[in-house]
Amino acid sequence: MPAATASQTIGPYWHLVEHPEWADLTRFGAEGERITVTGRIIDGVGAPVTDACVEIWQASPPADARFPGFGRAGTDAEGRFRFTTLKPGPVPGRGNAQQAPHLAVTILARGLMTGLRTRIYFADDPLNEMDPLLSSLADPAERATLIARAEGPGSWRLDMVLQGEGETVFLEV
Amino acid sequence: MSDPVPFRPFAAGTQPPLDASGYGSTRIRHPGRAPHRLPHTVTETTGPAFSPAHFPEMADLTRLGRGAPLGERIIVAGQVLDEDGRPVPHTMIEIWQANAAGRYDHPADTHDAPADPNFHGEGRVFTDAEGRYRFLTIKPGAYPWRNHTNAWRPVHIHLSLFGTGFAQRLVTQMYFPGDPLLELDPIYHAIEDAGARERLVSRFDLGITQPEFALGYRFDITLRGRGATPFEADAEEEAH
Repeated sequence: MPAATASQTIGPYWHLVEHPEWADLTRFGAEGERITVTGRIIDGVGAPVTDACVEIWQASPPADARFPGFGRAGTDAEGRFRFTTLKPGPVPGRGNAQQAPHLAVTILARGLMTGLRTRIYFADDPLNEMDPLLSSLADPAERATLIARAEGPGSWRLDMVLQGEGETVFLEV
Repeated sequence: MSDPVPFRPFAAGTQPPLDASGYGSTRIRHPGRAPHRLPHTVTETTGPAFSPAHFPEMADLTRLGRGAPLGERIIVAGQVLDEDGRPVPHTMIEIWQANAAGRYDHPADTHDAPADPNFHGEGRVFTDAEGRYRFLTIKPGAYPWRNHTNAWRPVHIHLSLFGTGFAQRLVTQMYFPGDPLLELDPIYHAIEDAGARERLVSRFDLGITQPEFALGYRFDITLRGRGATPFEADAEEEAH
């Protein structure tokens, strides 16, 4: 069997498959603790990435007919994305480890030959201390690139930097 | 509870690097640091299950306008398998492309080629129980871009797949056989491995071709396999 098919950039015209309602993971009637998650995508010269496709996947709460677990949002003229979803709970890690609540993120855009993978954790969650990924990052500044801050009740924000100072920790998955 | 079975790492050279020097837009968008390796957990091994009930099929891109779009009708069909040859059934494939004149129905496309009010360029299909898919569209046109002097993208159709886990997500482009622009394209050539590049080129297929109606092209897609490679399994054994 051949190796996995090669990735190619999503390009600047992916909005042909954009459906803005996909950014609301509660649209099928999911019940639970509703949150908004926003942030800006910034490039290597500090400019907003205005044509990115940001996707999230969460293993918790479990996906079902009323909760897809998956969302997609395009960035706006300020490079901002915005999701409405349910607050994730902890999920099992490898072995006996427990993972702190998090969202898995893929950033796709013109100029990205493959999707960039990262995660969004939530500040002040006591489980963050024991999370295998967060605790594998020795530098607190690197760890901070994965942790959203509360901007208000149920409102979370995390900016992501593709390159240079404050560069987000991206993951090889 | 036992650990979820991870997806295998990609074979060397078969995926393009983020820092692809021939493709100008990568310059200020590729991360400077190597990615942090993350052993797969349930977050990476599971993924969304799209259903046609919530995400309806759009398998005929020529019937989504009021009339027939201009251009050469084509049928694209193939099979989605994983690296172990197992079909990936009931998985969603998103499709988007330019019209026959090489213009996208998108506000950012300023190429001076005619728009086609009967062609939006979006499609969506699901694979069947054997991983097979099929859609009907028109052959898109080549179009210029500003990456370098006299730069033209080869004719291509964008495809997006989700597979069975978050780590299997694939966004790619399908090309057409015999396109002279392929040899000049930095996005295609960012893939080092020649075989991996060539697998992005569809094949003309008389079996898919429908008499008196449309030419057929075959494009098979391989998603990452599950389970450690023998090398990895050895390394894990030694670590214990």
